[in-house]
Amino acid sequence: MVVALGDRRRARRRAAWRRRRLVLLLMSPWLVGFSVFFGYPLVMSAYLSFNHYDLLSPPRWVGLANYRYLFTVDPQVWTAVKNTLWLIAVMVPLQVVFAFGIALLLARARSGAGLLRTIFYLPALAPPVAATLGFVFILNPATGPVNTILGHLGIQGPLWFQDPAWSKPSLTLLGLWGVGNTMVIFLAAVLDVPRHLYESAELDGAGPLQRLRWVTLPTTSPVILFAVILGVIQGLQYFTQAYVAAGVASGQASQAADVTSGNLGFPLDSTLVYPVLLYQHGFSDFQMGYASAMAILLLGVSFGVTLLILLNSRKWVHYGGVAR
Amino acid sequence: MSSAAAAASIPRRRARGSLRRRRLLLAVANHAVLIGLAVAFLAPFLFIALTALMSNHQALSPNLWPQPFRWHNFVDVFTKAPFWRWTLNTLEYSILGTLGVVLSSVPVAYALARLRWRGRQAMFMVVLVALMLPPQVTVVPLYVMWAKFQPFGFQFIGTLWPVILPNWFGDAFSIFLLRQFFMTIPEEYLDAARVDGCGELRILGTVVVRLAKPAIVAVALFSFLYTFNDFFLPLLYTGETPHQWVLSIGLSEFRSLHQVQWNLTMAATLLVMAPVVVIFFLAQKAFVEGVTLTGVKG
Repeated sequence: MVVALGDRRRARRRAAWRRRRLVLLLMSPWLVGFSVFFGYPLVMSAYLSFNHYDLLSPPRWVGLANYRYLFTVDPQVWTAVKNTLWLIAVMVPLQVVFAFGIALLLARARSGAGLLRTIFYLPALAPPVAATLGFVFILNPATGPVNTILGHLGIQGPLWFQDPAWSKPSLTLLGLWGVGNTMVIFLAAVLDVPRHLYESAELDGAGPLQRLRWVTLPTTSPVILFAVILGVIQGLQYFTQAYVAAGVASGQASQAADVTSGNLGFPLDSTLVYPVLLYQHGFSDFQMGYASAMAILLLGVSFGVTLLILLNSRKWVHYGGVAR
Repeated sequence: MSSAAAAASIPRRRARGSLRRRRLLLAVANHAVLIGLAVAFLAPFLFIALTALMSNHQALSPNLWPQPFRWHNFVDVFTKAPFWRWTLNTLEYSILGTLGVVLSSVPVAYALARLRWRGRQAMFMVVLVALMLPPQVTVVPLYVMWAKFQPFGFQFIGTLWPVILPNWFGDAFSIFLLRQFFMTIPEEYLDAARVDGCGELRILGTVVVRLAKPAIVAVALFSFLYTFNDFFLPLLYTGETPHQWVLSIGLSEFRSLHQVQWNLTMAATLLVMAPVVVIFFLAQKAFVEGVTLTGVKG
């Protein structure tokens, strides 16, 4: 009896050890990857933010000097922050609403929905650089097709990417063109709403708008939350389109043809979003300590904004049910 | 009871004709709006394509229709710029990167989904956090790391390796997607294989992979798409070495090589968009399945 117990215990321990070894083996890529490409850089970023570092000489400790410069001295930081916040406050909500609207229309359509869905999804696949170049060309104030057509209709088209007041709206148009991804997710969610909920609402006398407000929206609210958070996170990291648009538009304006970083934020810093400024300070000016401080600030803001949205979501997100 | 029901049903029956007409009108309006939006969505592609076929002079004029059609523009893109070199670089990055993501993310996702171990939930939280981390936070130290890491004098900065290699150590998004999917596999399949004497690794390699094929294909597609379209990371590491540029960088610098030639730039733009569109049409079902997997199951 005693011998058998010991054997069983030993066998169980061996099995547990074998399982642990298996888990370690399977998880090893991620364990290495996370430590090397996330954990270490995160810690280093925090460390570098308290140093002055230009890659050539060793890091020099400067305490909070970088942060002080960031909050009080740097003339472009607040512009960059405002521009990024503009995108989050204007572009992201517009994208979510637009995507949801199209999803609703598509859900109601019977015939041709497949083809239409493909058409709406396609632009989201376009490489961001290609899409941006296309839009900068199409929205060229003088010779672009859009202003040409508007001209035929008797409307004086705006200067789009050349106008500081219109450059961010132009980027928003570009963003709206690419809502295909979000739209498909919303479409799946809208189609998933149980039919009987609509039927009982109809029996209670609810019109289409009320059905939207009391059945569709609450039931799909988790997915909407997901899209909003994703959109905000992407908005905080928005780089490529702003960088390329500024470079190309400035080249267009002066008939010069270079996309060097001297034209970041064209025109008049209106497209200077936070990640672009970070890139400029870190990899153009090689102020890596300062760029790290900017990055840590961005991390804090990302965290804070996501938390705020999640906390606020408790008021309007309903999991697995309909609003009561 | 019955008389009240009868009274209630009569007005409904009388109104049914107009109700049906109203439903028809709504459907037509619905479709009209959709078609209008679809035209607006297709218009940019059309403009790009038309411009790609114009001569340079025409591209800069308010003309909307090319006259004549210069198909030769597409050839010019290859001869006037190292477009082929850029394509090869992009393919190298995309193929190696996608392979790495799939090979490294599947085991990790499996361990997170189907094996029981202490710290599993915590590790999954770590994956989620990694998902939401802005890349700007890790970019500076990583650059420094690659700059200082020079085994046998090999310079990583200026090559695409700093961009490719991290993909071989798991990608948070792919791990997340695959884990969600693996959790839906019924335990019976795995138990049946275990009873047959299959070791855990063999189960993963044969049973699980076959069952999860749609998810794995979706992950591969997304990775390929992401790496093909990537601009920021390649810019960081190969910005100063033109012979290592990928298509996205080359495209953004295209005009600086050829003096404001918008017609060629649009032709190049079209060429860069084309492969992605083609792949999408070939793998449509997998794409849409993958996107809904992220949204609805996540």
